Amino acid sequence: MLFKKGAEASLYIEEWQGRKVIMKQRLPKAYRLPTLDEAIRTHRTVREPQSIHKAKEAGVPTPTIYLVDITSANIVMEFIEGKQVKQILNDLSQAKRRSLCRHIGVLIGRLHSHGIMHGDLTTSNMILTSHGKVFLVDFGLSERSNELEARGVDLHLMKRALQSTHYRYVKKCFEAVMAGYSEVVGRNTTEDVLNKIQEIERRGRYVSER
Amino acid sequence: MATLRKADSYCLGLESTADDFSVGILSFKGDILANEASMFMPETGGIHPREAARHHAEVAGKVLSEALRKAGIQQREIKIIAFSQGPGLGPCLRTGATAARALACYLQVPLVGVNHCVAHIEIGKLITGAKDPLTLYVSGGNTIVAAFEAGRYRVFGETLDISVGNCLDVFAREAGLRQKIGEPLGALVEKLAARSQNFVSLPYTVKGMDLSFSGLLSAAIELLNSKKYSVEDLCFSLQEVVFSMLAEVTERALAHTEKPEVLLTGGVAANKRLQSMLEALANEHNAKFGVVPKQYALDNGAMIAWTGILTYQHGLSTSIEKSFVKLKWRLDEVYAPWVGG
Repeated sequence: MLFKKGAEASLYIEEWQGRKVIMKQRLPKAYRLPTLDEAIRTHRTVREPQSIHKAKEAGVPTPTIYLVDITSANIVMEFIEGKQVKQILNDLSQAKRRSLCRHIGVLIGRLHSHGIMHGDLTTSNMILTSHGKVFLVDFGLSERSNELEARGVDLHLMKRALQSTHYRYVKKCFEAVMAGYSEVVGRNTTEDVLNKIQEIERRGRYVSER
Repeated sequence: MATLRKADSYCLGLESTADDFSVGILSFKGDILANEASMFMPETGGIHPREAARHHAEVAGKVLSEALRKAGIQQREIKIIAFSQGPGLGPCLRTGATAARALACYLQVPLVGVNHCVAHIEIGKLITGAKDPLTLYVSGGNTIVAAFEAGRYRVFGETLDISVGNCLDVFAREAGLRQKIGEPLGALVEKLAARSQNFVSLPYTVKGMDLSFSGLLSAAIELLNSKKYSVEDLCFSLQEVVFSMLAEVTERALAHTEKPEVLLTGGVAANKRLQSMLEALANEHNAKFGVVPKQYALDNGAMIAWTGILTYQHGLSTSIEKSFVKLKWRLDEVYAPWVGG
């Protein structure tokens, strides 16, 4: 059963070996040149489970991978029961929103300190379970890096996602994310990353501070 | 005979953000009576802001009278003057703003400052009939994926460095291509690309819904200078990579916002390969696809006039004191009460 048609993959809910699973299928894009299309799909199908596994080592909840089929660009993984943070963040009380964002910051901090850049940190890619645990999903755009630049871009994306979808609470939410981040990576690194984010923003088109 | 016609309400819009000086005249109902333009064509290199501004000042009178002649309306029927207040090149914007202020004072009608990026979306909606689109706006100055959400157009994705048009133009210049009237550099790249099927791998840089073109451009120029590949092969590969990146972020934003329509606009929208890619992805998501025709996708006065009308009809105008140009005026800073939903 088709569960969600995303940008680069379709997610199906299936039963697999008696378990409820997500089958993530990166179908060929007819609009893309076949050579390029295959390279992108293969690369991401390989990269995603690697990063998900690394994230677990870093202490970040991610779905368990059951099967990877590189030739058909197919991944079978655990189905995480819960709600997308995107759907609930705006309706939470101020205190709950802050603590959720702080927790998300902790998770990002853990990823970064283990050299994993998520690559698409939006609130659609965060799932809150009924036990209050936050799972990060969709590591298709993830990268391995220890560079400040990569961390800055990753968090800049988080900020942008808040700006476009949770515009009323951007400032407080992002501050909370960075507070959580700081708990893991320390104040000095957080300062450096914040400065980097500012630098990245200034590089963009039409920035009033520039 | 004009005298028998009942007087109507019109807006005259001036566009001068970059290399085009253009005047558009629209009725308040959205009929386009005139859309005249003159483009600054540099001998070599890109747009020099001061030289472009000098061009605008020189042609302003001519373009203006040509637009008025085509529209065939009486002076008293012009109820508002709209102008592009930003973002764009300072000297160019100031030339247009000066002309707009003079006209508004002379005709004693209100002045409306318009955001250039908002105008691109609004004219696109008027022309294609789109109601609530996800817009990909790609030009020499901009690369933006935007959609309306609670009172304003929100930027879901954009370039982290240079624009896509800039990337293609600089590559074309490096390859020795020269633009001609009616044949911009992008069209030359498209033509050469159509002659090759030989794909050369280039860096593909997508960050969530954002993009980066500067590294890709450097890599393409490096390959060009290595003389290992033909210009055709590189144009083809550059187009494939760049447009696939644009398609991917648009698709991601579409999946995220679940908008019912996809609108493609800006100078780069004229590219057939990009059009076919976006159309295919819109179809895949059951979204309607609309591409804005060239005369309204390139910078034009009509889009400024139309957005001026929408703004004015919602009780907003710009006093002369506040009509200073805003070089870095972001799309998402504009309150847009005229958009429903």
